[in-house]
Amino acid sequence: MERVAVIGAAMTQFGQREEWILELLAEAGLACLEDAGVEPGEVEHLYVSNMASGEFEGQTGIMNGLAHDLGAIPAYTQRVDQTSSSGGAGIYAAWQSVASGASEMTLLVGGEKMTHKTTAEATDVIASITHPNEYNVGVTLPSFAGLTARHYLERFDAPRESLGKVAVKNHKNGVDNPKAQFQKEVDLETVLESPIVADPLRLYDFCPITDGSAALLFCPESVAAEYTDEYAVVTGVDGATDTHVVHERDDPTVMGGVVESGKGAYEMSGRGPEDIDVAELHDMFTILEFLQMEGLGFTEQGEAWKLIEEGYTEKDGELPVNTSGGLKSKGHPLGASGVAQAVEIYEQLVGEAGPRQIDDAEVGLCCNVGGFGNCVITTIMEAGQ
Amino acid sequence: MSMDATRYADGSISYPGHPRSREGAEPVETVDLSEYTAEVLTWTQSMATPPGVRQPNTLAIVEFDVDGESVRAIGQVTTDEIETGDEVRPVYVEQTREPGAGIREPDSQHWDGYRFEPV
Repeated sequence: MERVAVIGAAMTQFGQREEWILELLAEAGLACLEDAGVEPGEVEHLYVSNMASGEFEGQTGIMNGLAHDLGAIPAYTQRVDQTSSSGGAGIYAAWQSVASGASEMTLLVGGEKMTHKTTAEATDVIASITHPNEYNVGVTLPSFAGLTARHYLERFDAPRESLGKVAVKNHKNGVDNPKAQFQKEVDLETVLESPIVADPLRLYDFCPITDGSAALLFCPESVAAEYTDEYAVVTGVDGATDTHVVHERDDPTVMGGVVESGKGAYEMSGRGPEDIDVAELHDMFTILEFLQMEGLGFTEQGEAWKLIEEGYTEKDGELPVNTSGGLKSKGHPLGASGVAQAVEIYEQLVGEAGPRQIDDAEVGLCCNVGGFGNCVITTIMEAGQ
Repeated sequence: MSMDATRYADGSISYPGHPRSREGAEPVETVDLSEYTAEVLTWTQSMATPPGVRQPNTLAIVEFDVDGESVRAIGQVTTDEIETGDEVRPVYVEQTREPGAGIREPDSQHWDGYRFEPV
């Protein structure tokens, strides 16, 4: 099976944007093609990761719209929806399209337009993924985070401050990302005194609502050299699900989709947690960074809070996590987020991360979580040889 | 909406019920959880609620013991005074959130249900 290379990457400015979904997708898609020096007409497959353009904007058929706007017709195109992990699912689809031999040039563009809705409306669109019994009682994704965070803190005797330190770290990293929605540091006191959203979690424990788009360009590794000397290779990718009804999970602090997709990605790449130089984790809520650290085997269950206290996941720590600022600081345009995670890993691996650059980054991992761990994609990328 | 849990041929019980258990077993009977009390596993007070949902919305995941089999449920709490480990019982309410105020089609699901009240 052909190894799949990533030869181009781009993302738009994340934040509150005037552009609508098709314009955002085209902006990232064209920038990605330009980054790689590939003409739109060379694209054979075009995947669009997006959760809810119909619900947010009333615009469907965006994959065809983007193919037209990019000048990529007659490329095969498909919209990939896996809620918040649509971006990761798009990576999996793009990898499959190239690894199978069906395409020699696959463009993946993820995007979402959200900020024109009120927070309550956007929260409801996102909460529409829940089971009817959950929707019946007004459950939101932030409330799942509050329920899980309380259980984690009580069960593992973890200090509330440890969650706040995730927000402080990721905001600090976001200062160096010019595409991030927030490029400002916050201190622990500000985090811990911000308004309660879902007790015990407060405003700064949550990512913002965001507009934005990100893109990656995939081809066989044997073709990559025609375009560039600097590329990355997707050496492991896997996806897995957990229960739709969140309270039915055996252990509220274990996301089965994270564990299973991580195992699959490690097995496929021949790598393990000890090999990862830099990671982008889905910190939609601060507690999720702990659950992914544990589910992906970077530490034991109930121990991730100790790593943040030790500085293990800082940019200059043993395992830098969310050098991009994460969803927390960079923003979370649903369908774009998983793609943007991989854009950061790509830039780290090819040495284009600027002030965020990690020394000698050779192997990177990103974990993209849909719902509250309902669907998860884990991807491992390595610097091309 | 009832509080009927589903018992499957493999002995497991889930709330809500599904066409098959986690292990693929078929349903064999229902169990009315409104006749039981439960223990609060965790709770939150949600301040950012969607359209048609009370604010704040105190929610809890509770655990029932049905003949030695653990069954969990999520629901609203009748009071803001709740702690992990509290014993609660389900009490019926005619409306848990306003139909049609949110994105979901009003006829697609139930809008009545149960809240958990400390015993």
